[in-house]
Amino acid sequence: MRTPVTLRHPRSALGIFASAFCAGGVAIILLLILGYVIREGIGAISLPFLTQLPHPVGVPGGGVGNGLVGSAIIVGLAAMMAIPIGTLTGLYLTYFGRGIFAATVRFLSDVLSGIPSIAIGLFAYTILVAPLKHFSAFSAAFAFAILMLPVIITTTESAIKGVSHELYEAALALGVSRHHAIIHVILPSARSGIITGIVLAIARVTGETAPLLFTAFGSQFWELNPNNPMAELSLQVFTYAISPYKSWHEQAWGGALLLIVIVFIMNLGARVALKPRFR
Amino acid sequence: MADTDERNTGGHFGFAIAPGMTAGNPALKTIVEPRAEPVRLRLPRAPRGTGFDLCVYGATSAFLLLVVGLFIELLWSSRLSISTFGLSFLWTSEWNPVTNQFGALPFIYGTIVSSAIAILLAGVVGVLAGAFLAEFCPQRMSGPLSFVIELLAAVPSVVYGLWGLFILAPVMRDYVDPFLQHYLGFLPIFSGTIYGVGMLTAGVLLAIMIVPTVTAISRDVMAAIPQTQREAIWALGATRWQSFQMVVLPGSRAGVFGACILALGRALGETIATTMVIGNRPAIAASLFAPGYSISSVIANEFTEATTQVYLSALIELGLLLFIISVVINALARVLLWTVFRPMEG
Repeated sequence: MRTPVTLRHPRSALGIFASAFCAGGVAIILLLILGYVIREGIGAISLPFLTQLPHPVGVPGGGVGNGLVGSAIIVGLAAMMAIPIGTLTGLYLTYFGRGIFAATVRFLSDVLSGIPSIAIGLFAYTILVAPLKHFSAFSAAFAFAILMLPVIITTTESAIKGVSHELYEAALALGVSRHHAIIHVILPSARSGIITGIVLAIARVTGETAPLLFTAFGSQFWELNPNNPMAELSLQVFTYAISPYKSWHEQAWGGALLLIVIVFIMNLGARVALKPRFR
Repeated sequence: MADTDERNTGGHFGFAIAPGMTAGNPALKTIVEPRAEPVRLRLPRAPRGTGFDLCVYGATSAFLLLVVGLFIELLWSSRLSISTFGLSFLWTSEWNPVTNQFGALPFIYGTIVSSAIAILLAGVVGVLAGAFLAEFCPQRMSGPLSFVIELLAAVPSVVYGLWGLFILAPVMRDYVDPFLQHYLGFLPIFSGTIYGVGMLTAGVLLAIMIVPTVTAISRDVMAAIPQTQREAIWALGATRWQSFQMVVLPGSRAGVFGACILALGRALGETIATTMVIGNRPAIAASLFAPGYSISSVIANEFTEATTQVYLSALIELGLLLFIISVVINALARVLLWTVFRPMEG
């Protein structure tokens, strides 16, 4: 039982009011941002907007179709690289790693989550763009994969640790090998947590723009080859937003709305997937 | 009583709750969860020497290689700039691609000032908001409110930038900046021409972006204070606010500080949103209304236009600088937060 909040002391009342004001203010700012993006962006959303190539300045219409496809390709490639490394490293931190080495891995994963994405973009540039002398979607996917790793590692680690230890012991008691127990008992039980981490990691990079400036670079065409420069939704929003053209600004709002909807759906999906069936 | 038990066993931080609450913000996830795991004795070690083992160790090695490679590669690629300018790179302010003179001071200044504004605003607001969620808010409201605040953390930075450029900057130009100038114009930081885009606008936008981080971690840190301590001071007649002031806040000081430092790290590295509202002018001005430039935005703006090797190398050195700053800051934040959550584990 919590004691009820009472306002019998004026200074206390003021303090509580101030803290409520701050919490409410932060929530209101989110609603303001959402409100503006919806108000400005809803007009731009249409079927052609979702399916067409960008038009040159002055030609009305056009869309972000190639950006949507590009985002899917880049994020998909990134996930293919990050998921195996991330989940296995997360697993390493539970049933395999010990002592100083595991602590180092955990620490590096924590630190990596705080490295600015633009620095990771530079890394991708220096090892995948500069030597090959052309921008490519693959280099963007590589940068995104690095950004996804810490999220996947951490959620995998806590998902596996969250599996009741008795389950593991029960499996061993049935006479299966430890590997069998990990692969067939522990991992399936931790599955929803691991998938949540993967979805959150994907949501994180979907909104990321900075590394793309010098890896994917952007494109005006339908580009499906990951070895070439490719359009990407958030990059298109950025390019349109800083352009001086009114029609492009409208496209930027439309793209921003699309981006927010995609990211929020992934976040909400991750939460729903995580709802524990029994606790 | 149920509440007390939950806090003491660390169940409040159990896996089932924390990930949902910190969804969308990887920075939150990484610190709140692993540290907050309730006591679990050492897991038995898996046997070695099988294919599956090799996969696990291989993946971990790949991860380590990647992180170490990241640092070495940035260092190696900026060697030209490091050997040409040495340490003077950090405190000279001429940035001239034509004469190949590169000094990073205006960018360092811009990054520090905009992030300082951000953390001052977000620190106060975020800690108070976190206190509201952890201490004062009716429990029914706490969930939805936390949810909304954490969605704020999931909004892509380009969307913040767009909003900052078209909504926040005009509001700052027409209302906030003139107001500050009218009442505080005698201070050099609030003098001069008002542009709309500039250091103050960037700071405010960054504050909005990092406030969810401060709020969510402060809330978790404060909730970790054992309920019995609050009950003790309530029994002495303290109000809810007094218990917050005298028990919860002092007890969670290290964690709250860690939250602020972590948020500061995010502000320092933020690129796209800053680039869109900071004004992008490599000059050091006393006024906060004047346009500035930050380390990350100069990389974003000029990298694809860099024509000479030295120019490119200087930009990569800026990236290296960001890398080093964020490693130091994150390490510091994690040590501070570790001191908070660690005792609960053992």
